[in-house]
Amino acid sequence: MWPKIPFQPDQASTVARDVDQIYLFLTGVTVFFSVIIFAAIFYFVVKYRRRSEHEKPPEIEGSLTLEVTWTVVPALITVVVFVWSSSVYFHNARPPRSSMEIFAIGKQWMWQLQHPEGPREINELHVPVNVPIQITMTSEDVIHDFYIPAFRVKKDVLPGRYTSIWFQATKTGEYHFFCAQYCGAEHAGMIGRVHVMEPADYAAWLAGGNRGETMEKRAETIEKRGENLFTRLGCNMCHAPDGKGRGPSLVKVFGKRVKLNNGRTVTADEAYLRASILTPYKEVVAGYAPQMPTFQGQVSEEQVLQLIAYIKSLGAEQQSSTGSKQP
Amino acid sequence: MHYPRIESHVHYLNVNYGIRSWLFTTDHKRIGLLYLASVTFMFLVGGLAAVLMRLQLVEPQGTLLEPDTFNKMFSTHGIVMIFFFLIPAIPAVLGNFLVPMMIGARDLAFPRINLLSWYVYLVGAILTLIAILNGGVDTGWTFYTPYSSTYSNSNVLLVGIAAFITGFSSILTGLNFIVTIHKMRAPGLTWSRLPLFIWAHYATSLIMLLGTPVLAITLVLLALERILHAGIFDPKLGGDPLLFQHLFWFYSHPAVYIMILPAMGVVSELITCFSRKRIFGYKVVAFSSLAIAVLGFLVWGHHMFVTGQSVYAGLIFSALSFLVAIPSAIKVFNWTATLYKGSISHDAPMLYALGFIGLFTMGGLTGLFLASLATDVHLNGTYFIVAHFHYIMVGGTIMAYLGGIHFWWPKISGRLYPDKWARFAALVIFIGFNLTFFPQFLLGYLGMPRRYAFYPQEFQVLNVLSSAGASVLGVGYAIPLIYLIWSLRYGPPAGPNPWGAKGLEWQTPSPPPTENFEETPIVTEEAYAYASEDHELV
Amino acid sequence: MNLSEVHTGHAHQFEDIEQQHEAGTLGMWAFLATEIMFFGGLFAAYTIYRTAYLPAFETGSRLLDLRLGAFNTVVLIGSSLTMALAVRAAQTGERNKLATYIVLTMILGAAFLGVKAFEYEHKWDHSLIPGLKFAPEGEDLLQITRWHAGIPQVQLFFCFYFFMTGMHALHMIIGLGLLAVLLVRSLRGNFSTHYYSPVEVNGLYWHFVDIVWIFLFPLLYLIGGRY
Repeated sequence: MWPKIPFQPDQASTVARDVDQIYLFLTGVTVFFSVIIFAAIFYFVVKYRRRSEHEKPPEIEGSLTLEVTWTVVPALITVVVFVWSSSVYFHNARPPRSSMEIFAIGKQWMWQLQHPEGPREINELHVPVNVPIQITMTSEDVIHDFYIPAFRVKKDVLPGRYTSIWFQATKTGEYHFFCAQYCGAEHAGMIGRVHVMEPADYAAWLAGGNRGETMEKRAETIEKRGENLFTRLGCNMCHAPDGKGRGPSLVKVFGKRVKLNNGRTVTADEAYLRASILTPYKEVVAGYAPQMPTFQGQVSEEQVLQLIAYIKSLGAEQQSSTGSKQP
Repeated sequence: MHYPRIESHVHYLNVNYGIRSWLFTTDHKRIGLLYLASVTFMFLVGGLAAVLMRLQLVEPQGTLLEPDTFNKMFSTHGIVMIFFFLIPAIPAVLGNFLVPMMIGARDLAFPRINLLSWYVYLVGAILTLIAILNGGVDTGWTFYTPYSSTYSNSNVLLVGIAAFITGFSSILTGLNFIVTIHKMRAPGLTWSRLPLFIWAHYATSLIMLLGTPVLAITLVLLALERILHAGIFDPKLGGDPLLFQHLFWFYSHPAVYIMILPAMGVVSELITCFSRKRIFGYKVVAFSSLAIAVLGFLVWGHHMFVTGQSVYAGLIFSALSFLVAIPSAIKVFNWTATLYKGSISHDAPMLYALGFIGLFTMGGLTGLFLASLATDVHLNGTYFIVAHFHYIMVGGTIMAYLGGIHFWWPKISGRLYPDKWARFAALVIFIGFNLTFFPQFLLGYLGMPRRYAFYPQEFQVLNVLSSAGASVLGVGYAIPLIYLIWSLRYGPPAGPNPWGAKGLEWQTPSPPPTENFEETPIVTEEAYAYASEDHELV
Repeated sequence: MNLSEVHTGHAHQFEDIEQQHEAGTLGMWAFLATEIMFFGGLFAAYTIYRTAYLPAFETGSRLLDLRLGAFNTVVLIGSSLTMALAVRAAQTGERNKLATYIVLTMILGAAFLGVKAFEYEHKWDHSLIPGLKFAPEGEDLLQITRWHAGIPQVQLFFCFYFFMTGMHALHMIIGLGLLAVLLVRSLRGNFSTHYYSPVEVNGLYWHFVDIVWIFLFPLLYLIGGRY
């Protein structure tokens, strides 16, 4: 039997529809102009084929009208596509405030995903349908790229900084996710599946009813893990909640504007918190001495994420911003 | 039929013999042929890697090669094809041979530097081959950090040095062209009378001169980082891995225009000659080459839309990328309009040129998908990208290169090749090409990432189609190789101007004498003045 | 050099000596454009990291010896003067002067490199060599901690310091080689008022290398919190 040739990937997120419309329009433009050019070439080549060696074609230097036309028309089309496509992109650059946040760590050659409620998954991701989901990502080694074709979302996953994507799945089912940035020998094996579930099924899954083998049985929440770590590393010795310790209090620090001892002001977002754990001497809060030791090499990227989640759970000024953040 | 050796006149091929007369030549025509032999060899090396890749991808499990070996194959393919074939192919072979002749000069301004550039290329090529035979390199041709600087265990250093060295060969070629075109034009050959091949090479040379040093510095930084590990690209030590991508694409996007602009120059020559028409809108076609060269330096960020660069940077790079599409579109329309009311012959070079226009149109239009932010997010890093740039680089540049080789072969060798075979080969290549690369557009849209040694089952049908097409394409490339070599001995002698073409290079015997012209030609008319007098076929 | 060049004074591909001279000069300018892009890439990378790690780069700058840098700047500007005088002497056909000025330029160039080597050695003694031996101690370490600089970031500064000055020094060494050839040719009497373009073209190169230093000196030595 003749094999079926697939033409379109699953369209399973709110963004996918918008992207596909632009894709369809551009395909139309491509087909239209290709057909015009191919047809014109074919017609001219047959109609004006050389009939004798002594033919003398007429002299045509050019035509301003024609040339202006075929400069302006493509220019207008590109303007339309630019505005349309950029607005879709811009609109989707920031996740909705109500997003559920999942953390992802890429490392050669696997994806580790961490739910806020605690479950940790390897190369599998369970999410509820019709809920906006933000994935905050970082890499332990080289540059990876988290790509879910059915949702039309993709972002590089970089060592030393956070990037994020968000999506809202519209259809339950199983979809591939891939690493789309070449990352070494087993790059092709760095793939997994998103399981989009009805909210009730998701809740049941979270409760442990139908979890796969990749999951831990009894998982603590990520904040709880962060809190344990916070105590174990002795962070609470200096960062006392009442602000009387040697370091500033971390209560409600997330999302706040923080004044530094070099006069600058920064927002205490994920990137800043991460930098403050790993390179504390760089950006010191005004009024405090640069005496915090670095935790570079002592905590893994995953643990940094747990600490950040814990600090977030202490209260926040506002919803975090997203996009690329340099530590 | 067996034709005698062409001994009727003294020309650059028979003026002296022996290996030394070639290795120490300063004649631009002989250096062009040295390049022809070297880039053809490198094309075969890169092609072999492609064959292995396509074989591997017939099956989703990819059992032919280890993933590691597959990674080395696509890296070899990319590095060899880009740095050692596509960049030098048209400028260093056809450009070297033709730039002085087309402007009525005896040689390039700096013949010894020209020879030096070939030796520099040779050193780079040999180092690359040593690296490949000695275990290969697995970073892809893009050498992204920190994989290349810290994690890869392959010969990154050696290949980086080889690419660095080869860069100097194109700097030297570009420098020679710029000075030659500025200072050595024949009397009467004003800028507005220059053939478009020359305009294209002038624009290309500007990019070679201004872009290549940035790649050089980037590769040196990469090498330093690999040797010393001082942290320039390592985030753990404060470095920024994305800086590498910025520097790399600052060169490597303009490098795309180093590969395509000369091809556009070739096509302008072919279209005019085989339709016996002046080019439609000479000035626009000439200046669009310069516009592409300049704008090409401002769009590198569109390779980095999904790296997490700022949304606003994305908007600017997207707008500029759309802008650079317009001069290319203008060129396509002008070439097509040139055909109107022409006297069009269907010789093999013309078939290649027409194939170029069609495939370049598709390649260019699919570029819009990637300049557009929302669609690029989905398509970046997938087979869509692979298909897009192969439409430009293979459907565009290699089609034009083969068209140019067929067009000027009588001038280069003094012999004609069998026209029927040549037209047949052009057709096979066109069909094989589309069969290979069109399915890859679909694969990309479906979401198959590039550089995968194995893949999920659902992508298999299209991959099999693509591999089947590749075998047709491979046969297509083999045919010209055979009959062109055959023609060197058995082809009938070509006169000075077998096509009835207008350029200065056709006003001297085939093959040309060492100093190109008996006496310096004087130019009295514009390029492509096909209407000015009767065409004589000699 | 082929036969026709000896007999007629210009290479066979040129129409006359004038065309050859123009081609040579344009060729050098084009080459210098390449060089600008080469160093431009480095300057861009330096600027990006300087902005990102200002305290570290300012601290790194304090660890350089301003007096030696300033001395070298004067030496190089002097060598540009003697080079310009050499070109002038070539144009007026004064052979002895030409040779003298070339020798003077070479001496100044060598002096620059000597001082640079001394500075490098000093950095080696202080363990400020990125990658190989980077372990600042004593007064250096005090400076780094006082300005909250972070050792890896200071190492980045020294990466750029060595790479940029090293590339510049490499260009100086090549320049000295070119001058040596020029000296031999001038002593042989190869140049005349009609044919001096090699001197002029070498002069362009030498001035360019000086100008690069004129940018490097403030960037590395001066703008580091020493206002």
